[in-house]
Amino acid sequence: MNLVLESLRRRPRLVAILLAVLLAALPFLMGFGLGNAWLRVLDFVLLYVLLAIGLNIVVGYAGLLDLGYIAFYALGAYLYAWLASPHFGLHLPFWAVLPIGAAFAGLFGVLLGAPTLRLRGDYLAIVTLGFGEIIRIFMNNLNAPFNLTNGPQGMNLIDPVSVAGFSFGRPLHVFGLTLPPTYFYYYLFLAFTLLAIFVAWRLQDSRIGRAWGAIREDEVAAAAMGINTRNLKLLAFAMGASFGGLAGGLFAAFQGFISPESFTLWESILVLCMIVLGGMGNIPGVILGAILLTMIPEALRYLGDLQRAILGQVVVDPSDLRMLLFGVALVGMMLFRPAGLLPSRQRRREFAAEEGLAEQEQANLYDTRN
Amino acid sequence: MDIFLQQLVNGLVLGSIYALVALGYTMVYGILELINFAHGEVTMIGAMVALTVIGALLGAAPDLPGVLVVLAGILVAIPACMALAFTIEKIAYRPLRKAPRLAPLITAIGVSIILQNLAMLIWGRQYVSFPAILPTRKYEFLGANISLLQIAIVVLALAVMAGLWLLVEKTRLGRAMRATAQSREVAELMGVNVDWVISATFIIGAAIAAIAGVMVSAYYGLAHYYMGFMLGLKAFSAAVLGGIGNIAGAMLGGLLLGVIEALGAGYIGDLTGGFLGSHYQDVFAFFVLIGVLVFRPSGLLGERVATRA
Repeated sequence: MNLVLESLRRRPRLVAILLAVLLAALPFLMGFGLGNAWLRVLDFVLLYVLLAIGLNIVVGYAGLLDLGYIAFYALGAYLYAWLASPHFGLHLPFWAVLPIGAAFAGLFGVLLGAPTLRLRGDYLAIVTLGFGEIIRIFMNNLNAPFNLTNGPQGMNLIDPVSVAGFSFGRPLHVFGLTLPPTYFYYYLFLAFTLLAIFVAWRLQDSRIGRAWGAIREDEVAAAAMGINTRNLKLLAFAMGASFGGLAGGLFAAFQGFISPESFTLWESILVLCMIVLGGMGNIPGVILGAILLTMIPEALRYLGDLQRAILGQVVVDPSDLRMLLFGVALVGMMLFRPAGLLPSRQRRREFAAEEGLAEQEQANLYDTRN
Repeated sequence: MDIFLQQLVNGLVLGSIYALVALGYTMVYGILELINFAHGEVTMIGAMVALTVIGALLGAAPDLPGVLVVLAGILVAIPACMALAFTIEKIAYRPLRKAPRLAPLITAIGVSIILQNLAMLIWGRQYVSFPAILPTRKYEFLGANISLLQIAIVVLALAVMAGLWLLVEKTRLGRAMRATAQSREVAELMGVNVDWVISATFIIGAAIAAIAGVMVSAYYGLAHYYMGFMLGLKAFSAAVLGGIGNIAGAMLGGLLLGVIEALGAGYIGDLTGGFLGSHYQDVFAFFVLIGVLVFRPSGLLGERVATRA
């Protein structure tokens, strides 16, 4: 095993090709191996990776604890629905709507960021949380006096993505195979996710990324070094928000239907859990966190079958048990790897150093006693 | 004018419940700098346990006076919540005390999911109703209706707050708590058993939460496995509003948030010319919260934390 890993490490190009082949073949493996339901899950995994990468810019890079992130996802989704559905009779193409949605969400990111610049840590958390709830409540109630969001019923008949006359909304019959829309959306989402990963990865060690890191570690020192903390914090909010808005637009096109229920506080919390659990600030970790926390609840749907196989009957309704075990997994994994599953190198060092320091202090204490 | 007074009374009652739950958040935050997300769920468990006891007692002895039955429910719910909070702290928070700051927040969220779903398994998905055994007398005061229950809630809440105040300011344990909040290391050097003080903080917060849980279920006449989430959120907001980590701040923030919400629900329609209805009351509360924090970034009574290098 080690030998294989070692030889792979020496051949990065081979790894890249293998990964590309795997990603390209994955929907077919999933679709034919496990069925279309799992392919849908796979699509959602990509959406959540996109969201997690975006939130990671705000929380992981710049250190701004944002508990209302899903609001930007909602704004992107609603903007898509306004511009591409019968609601206002507008049917703009997706390549026009998505950038507008990302910019729209980014603008709201700045609007949220501007009044909260002075807030630190958990005060910021509660204000962003409030912002998320405000957006959701407005979405829920803006069906009167003029019907903007259609209230709790949500908006439906949203246009699917279509490229050069080919609509993603209908299944494709080719070579005797029927490919449902989930295949096309997989590749679309994959493209955007890879783009987001690329941007986030290039940002990380750029001048901006290093400035964010400085703000995260010590804002006062960062300002003293000549970093414009105000602009950079706003930029972090705007960047993160526009990633969220983009994901929201894709979500609306994919589902064809959106309602305020998809944008509750729990969703924000879930995305935050993904990045903290995976390893904050570290892109592979964040991706792993998003994959795990999207897949685990889906895998737990099979609890009923498992009970039948082991106990011969369904003792507890699996839908009741599912979230309970999700909570247990969340606590268990966090206790098992407090710095995240794949912490960034810097974080790992810090954590190790702190532990070492504690041990050293302990040793000194014993020394004086002797 | 009578609407104003009525909403003020309703707000004070709701606010005193928020204040009690907020105390639990603020005490834990003061010592550990941890948002104890599971605290709202502890409140919910308190309400559920009390309702179970009340139901059982009513089944066994239907002639007992209602006040006694509810009191018995509270007296069982308190130790149940204390034991629960003690266990949560020991399992989910203590091992992560030296971990990165957000790690215990995630376990707190995990615990809160676990408690919610456990409660759903035990008590079911439907609303559990609070039996109508408490006296329902109402008093008129300047045109506002005040029920006996409302008076009892406010009086009991004030008594609990006064008790906590005495505990924190006058006892050895209270002094140990304040010392630990100021500096865990130095407190430890002075011979304070910090682990024990932290456990005690969680336990005291949970006992207060149990009382608040019974109050809120008695006030609304029902309990639900999901009720802890919104209640916890409001209470945490209240704690932040008052200045998190500050006990007097939690009390003030809770009462203020309750009053703001009630007045918002009563007047938001008039204020916006009918544009926004009373279902915007939460928006109103959050706007006020954001507004306060923008002008006082560390809450109403929070210390002005000097920006440390």
